[in-house]
Amino acid sequence: MTATTVEAPPAPPAPARSQRLRDPAFWADWAALVGLIGLTIVFQALNSTFLSYGNVQSILVAAAILIILSIGQTFTIATGGIDLSVASVMTFAACAFGWAFTQGWALPLCMVLAVVTGLVFGAVNGALIAKGRIPDFVVTLGSLSAASGLALILADGKPTTVISPFLLKFSTRGIGLFGWTFLLAVVIAVITHVVLFNTRFGTHVLAAGGSPEAATATGISTARIKIAVYTVSGVLAGLSGILLVARIGASSPAADTTMTLNTVAAVVLGGVSLLGGRATIVGPVLGALVLTVLVNGLTLVGVSQFYQPLAVGIVVVLAALLMRFQK
Amino acid sequence: MTATTVTHDLVSVENVSLSFGSVRALRDVSLTLQPGEITALVGDNGAGKSTLVRCLSGIHRPDDGTVRFDGQPAHFSTPEDARNAGIETVHQNLALVEDLTVWQNLFLNREIVHGFGPLAILDKRAMKREAQRMVSTLAVNVPSVTSTVRRLSGGQRQAVSICRAAGFSSKLVIMDEPTAALGVQETERVEKLITKLREDGHAVLLISHNFAQVMRLADHVWVMRAGRCVAGRRIAQTTGEEIVALITGAQQS
Repeated sequence: MTATTVEAPPAPPAPARSQRLRDPAFWADWAALVGLIGLTIVFQALNSTFLSYGNVQSILVAAAILIILSIGQTFTIATGGIDLSVASVMTFAACAFGWAFTQGWALPLCMVLAVVTGLVFGAVNGALIAKGRIPDFVVTLGSLSAASGLALILADGKPTTVISPFLLKFSTRGIGLFGWTFLLAVVIAVITHVVLFNTRFGTHVLAAGGSPEAATATGISTARIKIAVYTVSGVLAGLSGILLVARIGASSPAADTTMTLNTVAAVVLGGVSLLGGRATIVGPVLGALVLTVLVNGLTLVGVSQFYQPLAVGIVVVLAALLMRFQK
Repeated sequence: MTATTVTHDLVSVENVSLSFGSVRALRDVSLTLQPGEITALVGDNGAGKSTLVRCLSGIHRPDDGTVRFDGQPAHFSTPEDARNAGIETVHQNLALVEDLTVWQNLFLNREIVHGFGPLAILDKRAMKREAQRMVSTLAVNVPSVTSTVRRLSGGQRQAVSICRAAGFSSKLVIMDEPTAALGVQETERVEKLITKLREDGHAVLLISHNFAQVMRLADHVWVMRAGRCVAGRRIAQTTGEEIVALITGAQQS
């Protein structure tokens, strides 16, 4: 082989930092972090209470649900799919919680019910996509509607008050700057990060998303992976349902359609490829923080609420533009 | 075949037939593969080469006839079965995941882990080390096992595919047109790799349309025409012209 190794370079070390900073792909990968820092500087300049202890605390608590839902969304998008039903499943799980609570179930059982509700919805989504061979978009669009409908039916269209000292503490207390709900989101982020990058399952998720043919050729069942990722997304939506009940002290069947779109926005901001195969957990977590900071900051600066969806839209499209440099 | 029936065949296909509806893809195909040799399978498009290969790699099951692998009757119902028995296939469409690294691709679905069950954690260090060893024993010039496949050239990708096929103590590596999509230099490099596989004791079944390549690499060649295996020749005792004549039917075996 002497003649053929001419152009074989020795294993190059990771590119130097200065070189990485000049690469647009680096900025695309870290769009969410750059956006977060940029927004923080702008809002702090416009209103000095932005970085006050109380406001940072409330931003983190407000971000918790979006972070958890976005992590679930990351798994489905990593396989090249999308889960449009996350927010509706969360609402339905919250209503299931409220229903069980009024039936006199113990609090832990109510929580289990909420998570199981999400799990079942996710598993059904995954099974329909994988075994029924229906596109992800169509299945989850259907379950978006189904979950919202079931929530309305179960709650009879009315919110149910849930008075629980434990949930109140859970949503209002914490350790210093970090509320319990935010800490829960961080714990989930750490666990899912390990799952994605340090387990066979995580590798297979990325393989199934990156090249279904190659994954199948090596014996990976892409159907099982699909079912698994939608189940993960469903479980996290169920968990978010509990946080939602804790946050507003009631379970409401009112649909929150912007939440689903925000999870997709957070994932895109986080540098995850919508085509699948490439994902991080840190990215979408930062993406969710960017969106929360944006809404919080605009409110603080006194911009009308009506401008907030517009601002979110602009930020997401800008991030997507930056993503073109990712390759 | 030569008269050395004492040495056992690595693969022996006996009277294998397979039909898809009314299309008889394989008719009474019989051939053998010797251990440690490169065996070429040639024939026109639609002659049944790929179908036969799929019978060996567990994708199709023959309607009739037997396939013996390493002396044992082989009943592969999935590609996984064939892999477990020691038959690896390098696919024509380069079955690699572009966004994963070289080592991740080499160990895809055969990851080394710490611990058991759902709590098993990937042993990345062991996989990288092992991947480095696999790549260097085959003298594959891949920049680094930690680079993503997306950054590799076509030839390097093919090399990684072959490396994966050769790496897991496989006895037979099947290659379907391994150099069809490659340039001249890359083809040369992949050919060296195929020869290296033989030196390392792997048997190779090579499907190729390139007669010069077959004459250069193979020890034995089987010719297929219209679903039948019509002839087998030792490369040393045949010529490119004869093989072409056998493929087209100008010369009957």
